[in-house]
Amino acid sequence: MKEGKEEIELIKEGKRLDGRGFDELRPIKIEVGVLKRADGSCYFELGDNKVIAAVYGPREMHPRHAQDAKMAVVKFRYNMAPFSVDDRKRPGPDRRSVEISKVSREALDPVIMREYYPKTAIDVYVEILQSDAGTRTAGINAASIALADAGIPMKDLVSSVAVGKIDGEIVLDLNAIEDNHGEADMPVAMVARTNTITLLQMDGRLEREEFERGLKLAMGACHQIYELQRAALIDRYSESVDVGEGEA
Amino acid sequence: MGLEIVDDIRKDYVRDLIESGKRVDGRGFREYREINVEKDVIKRAEGSARVRIGNTDVLVGVKLEPGAPFPDAPGEGVIITNAEFVPLASPEFESGPPDENSVQLARVVDRGIRGSEAIDLAKLCIEEGEKVWMVFIDIHILDNDGNLVDAAALGAIASLLNIRIPNERYGLTGEDTLPMRDTPVAVTTVEIEGNILVDPDFNEENAAASRLTVISNADGTLSGMQKSGSGGLKEEEIAEMVEIGIEKGGEIREKFL
Repeated sequence: MKEGKEEIELIKEGKRLDGRGFDELRPIKIEVGVLKRADGSCYFELGDNKVIAAVYGPREMHPRHAQDAKMAVVKFRYNMAPFSVDDRKRPGPDRRSVEISKVSREALDPVIMREYYPKTAIDVYVEILQSDAGTRTAGINAASIALADAGIPMKDLVSSVAVGKIDGEIVLDLNAIEDNHGEADMPVAMVARTNTITLLQMDGRLEREEFERGLKLAMGACHQIYELQRAALIDRYSESVDVGEGEA
Repeated sequence: MGLEIVDDIRKDYVRDLIESGKRVDGRGFREYREINVEKDVIKRAEGSARVRIGNTDVLVGVKLEPGAPFPDAPGEGVIITNAEFVPLASPEFESGPPDENSVQLARVVDRGIRGSEAIDLAKLCIEEGEKVWMVFIDIHILDNDGNLVDAAALGAIASLLNIRIPNERYGLTGEDTLPMRDTPVAVTTVEIEGNILVDPDFNEENAAASRLTVISNADGTLSGMQKSGSGGLKEEEIAEMVEIGIEKGGEIREKFL
C-alpha cells in the first residue's frame, strides 16, 4: 500500500532501521500514579511514544438516560495533543480518534468488573503527548494500569502491542517510519492470564499464514508487556506496604 | 427499564437456542441470509448498489469529483468513505452527527478497499499535485437488521466495479471506467456461547459479546480486520472466523461481483 510514496529500505542486513530485530519491542518506561487529581493514572513510554492515562470514577453517570441499571458504563477518550505529530493535529475528536476510543474501550471492557457499580460511569482519558506509531496500544497499556491504580476491580490487566509487515517480513511493534512505509499494521490487545484477545484490527494486506504468525508474535509480546505492567504496579504499591515495618 | 428486560429475554432466547445448535431463523451457523445485490440503482450517482442481506437493506452511492490531492500523495486519487445511519433505518438511530458505530462502519469499509488496493489510485491523477479524482463512497443504511458491515462493503465494491467517470461534466477527457484491481469482500462472524456464527442478524448481534469482520481478496489474502464488542476471543476462535471469512468471501465474490 501507500505506493505513491518514496520507497525506503526498512530492513538492512536483518536489522530494522532503529537496530531492532524482527521480534523486538521498543524500550518501555512506566510510571504509576503520576497525576494528583485523578483517581488513577499512568505515564507510559513506548520508544518515542509518550502517553498519559487518567481514570475518574466510578462516579455518577451523566446524562442519566445513558446509565446502565446493571453495570458501570466505561467511557474512553483517546486524544492526540496538537503538537504530538509532525503536522499539527487540529484539536478535538476526529473520525480516527472516535474509532480508536471505541475499540480501546471494548479492549478494556472484558476485564473491568462493571457489575459492581451499576448506574455509574468510569471515565478513562488517554492523552497522546508524543506519537511514533502504536499510540493506541500504548494508550491501552497505560489505561489498564491507571484503572488498577484507581482501585477498580479487574479480572486482569490488558496488554497491547502492534505487529506489522515491512519489506515482506512480519515484525513486532512498528515505529512511525515502518508504519508509513510498511505493507500492513495490526494492533492487538490481550488478557494475559487467559490468552483472550480483546482488540484486533488489521490494516494493509497479509497472507493468512502471515496473519496467524503475526498474531502469535503479538500474543508473546503482550506477555512481556504484562510482566512490565505488573512490576510497575507492584513497585508503586510496595512503598506504602513498607510503612508498617518499623514496628517489628 | 421495561425495554431492557425485554431485551434480556430476547438475548437469553437467542443464546439458549444456539446452545442447542439452532438459530432463531433456522439457519445453519455457517449460513448467510439470502443476499440480493442490485447494481446501478441511482441514476445521478457515478456508481451505486443496493444490497439486501435478509431484512438488512443498505444503499451505497459513489460520486466522483475533481479535487486537490493530499500533499503526501500528489499523484494519487483520494477515497472518502462515509456512512449515515439515518433514523428511518432503526429506532436506535438518531439524527445528528455520526456516532462511533457509523464512523467505525465507514472506516472498516474504507480500510478493506484501501488495503486490497482495489482502486488503482495512480490512474485517478488528472494533473499531478493539482487535480485528482476524489472518490466519495457514501453508505446509506435503509433498514438495520444486523450485519451492516458486510452489506455496506459489498455495496461499496459492487458500486465501484460499475463506475462511469464523469469526465464530460468537468470538461475533461480520459478513461470512462474506474481502474479496479481487486474485489475485497467483508464477512462478519460473532461468537455466542462458544459457537461461531456467520452473518448475525440484529438480535444475534445484541446477544453476542464480540464480533469480527474479516475482509479478504480474490487471491485469499486478507486486507482488513476489525473486532468489535465488549468481549474477548480465543486464538482458535479467531482462526475459525478467518477461515469462514475467506471461504464465504469467495462464495459471495463468485456470485455477486
